[in-house]
Amino acid sequence: MLTDEMKAILDDARKQGWVLEPEAKRLLSLAGIDVPRFVWVHDKDQALQAAERAGFPIAVKVVSPDILHKSDAGGVAVGVSDAAELSDVVARFRSLPGFAGVIVEPMVAGIELIVGGKVDYQFGPIVLLGIGGTGVEIYQDIAVRMAPLSENDARSMPAGLKGGKLLEGYRGSRPVNMDRLAQLLIRFSTLLSAMADRVESIDLNPVMCTETDCIVADARILLAAADAHS
Amino acid sequence: MNYAPLFNPQTVAVVGVSLSNDRHPANVIYNKLHLRYPVKVYPVNPHGGMLHHDKVHRDISEIPVKIDLAVIAVRAEHVPGILESCIRSKVGGATIISGGFAESGRPDLQNRLVELAGASRFPFIGPNCLGIYVPNRFDTFFLPGERLIRPDPGNVAIVSQSGGVLVDQLVKFAEQGVGLSLAVSIGNKAQIREIDLLTYLAAESDTRVIAFYIEGFEKNEGRRFVQAATEISKPIVVLKAGKTAEGSRAASSHTASLAGDYRVFSEIAAQHGIIEARNEYEMVSFCESLSCYQKSITGKIGIITVSGGHGVLSTDACAEHGLQVPRLSEHWQKEIRNYLSPSVQPIASLANPIDLTGSAKDDDFIAAARALSQTPEIDCVIMLLLPYSPGITSDLGAQLSYVYQQEGKPLVAYVPHQEKYRMLIEGFELNNVPVAASIEGAVMMAEALRRCPVC
Repeated sequence: MLTDEMKAILDDARKQGWVLEPEAKRLLSLAGIDVPRFVWVHDKDQALQAAERAGFPIAVKVVSPDILHKSDAGGVAVGVSDAAELSDVVARFRSLPGFAGVIVEPMVAGIELIVGGKVDYQFGPIVLLGIGGTGVEIYQDIAVRMAPLSENDARSMPAGLKGGKLLEGYRGSRPVNMDRLAQLLIRFSTLLSAMADRVESIDLNPVMCTETDCIVADARILLAAADAHS
Repeated sequence: MNYAPLFNPQTVAVVGVSLSNDRHPANVIYNKLHLRYPVKVYPVNPHGGMLHHDKVHRDISEIPVKIDLAVIAVRAEHVPGILESCIRSKVGGATIISGGFAESGRPDLQNRLVELAGASRFPFIGPNCLGIYVPNRFDTFFLPGERLIRPDPGNVAIVSQSGGVLVDQLVKFAEQGVGLSLAVSIGNKAQIREIDLLTYLAAESDTRVIAFYIEGFEKNEGRRFVQAATEISKPIVVLKAGKTAEGSRAASSHTASLAGDYRVFSEIAAQHGIIEARNEYEMVSFCESLSCYQKSITGKIGIITVSGGHGVLSTDACAEHGLQVPRLSEHWQKEIRNYLSPSVQPIASLANPIDLTGSAKDDDFIAAARALSQTPEIDCVIMLLLPYSPGITSDLGAQLSYVYQQEGKPLVAYVPHQEKYRMLIEGFELNNVPVAASIEGAVMMAEALRRCPVC
């Protein structure tokens, strides 16, 4: 079930038809899904304070209702290493259309996965797991399940990927924490089911997974046409 | 709703017979029912008159007995009126063959049928379909009997949106000796849809395997279908049309573009224990295998052949279909070798795949099959029989089936030529052991058992 706070986030997003990244992360966080400790700030000074608290290097991303694809618009800076660089980045982002601040957060490392949600015409809410990164649409290495997921469903998803071995610790790399990944998938599927009448699709991309955590580094929630602009 | 009159009628009215054109679809149906099936059939045409010395009734209400099934093959605009007459006359149900509804821009006419029937809980199949086929009982296909390849009665039910695909599957079922309990072409599926027949067939005692050819579902219907499937203890096999990637509606989301219609269907079917057949060959092989065995295997396959090449080809095919061909332990190899005939004993290779060589006789096959049926190292046996090998007799099929009857471990056979080795094949099939016409077909039969969650 959606809480009032969750509903308010979705209500506020109607005007642009999708949920701004900081709001999307707050929504996920309310559903018990791990996100980086982010701050949404509106000027350079606030950004500097946030960066010092988080500790450099940091990731900085533009927040704008006019920019759905932040990378394409030049609105993403990762590995920002000091105050000078941060000032430049914020100045550059200010000139982007619809500027509504920046999101500042610590860098997250790990294996890149994509976790997606879609409200399918025939099957209703479905959850997708894929090996992430830029090749995700080329390799099409994905698993799909109908939401909500059982524990078994969630655990069978990484096992069904061709690249599943990468997650189990391949050639000396550390394995991904499968308990945390399964927990993320289950909580996400529950959230998706609860808002299936309001959502078209969701990309949690990338989700960074390590031996200890699975953290959603970016999130895009597209509202259903009937819910947007209503 | 009671479907029994639809699928097991004693009395049938064929509405729309022509008095002047005996090739009219209604006449084809009337003639075959009248001449070849154990049902009582009544022709109906508003003009009345006589057809082949039988009285033609002007309306279904004029027939003096209670009608179980009305087969309706008249122009679309007349169908609602006939349906009303059926309902008033307490007919059990209808198969509406006629086209000219939603598929050609008249959804209003189709909705009218659904409303009329729904209000009276009157079941009907179609419209725009071939209807129903039950071997040796009756059928409503407007295809002359002599043109049809007719499968034998059996325990596989098949439901298809497309009449053409259904008839073609029946040809393949007949060729491969797969017996049929019921075949239904649901056409526009205005009222009775896949999920309704899934529920009906789950409780229908002649059916052990439920097969579907599906083109698509309505909004959220797929969800209801797979949820219903998880409640059913019979294997469900689905062949899905439309596998090519659907253009993504929302290019702005990776998920929407990755999760195309077919991909979603395929994975969600598997999640819910539905056995997806990727093509028509798998469809036939899976149905044949599951109609004989409902025993789940982990996929440890033992292969018996008389040719090294067949051993390698089948091992490759097993790997492609997710099955293992484990090396047999020395203990069990010895166990087999002890019972082989003297000429075969020194030259057979028994590690699995087992190559009994061209010198093998019936008894060598039986010894190998019996040992593989007893060892826990194997959970399904594939027999690749090449009957041109002189030591093999026509009795071998029945004898190997006897091994299965005694040991209870699934056994599938490949025999190359269906006509020439008919008796060998019947020795298997009449004793409930499935026979494939190709090596890969035999491997698919084993795969069906591995993928069957309710077996």
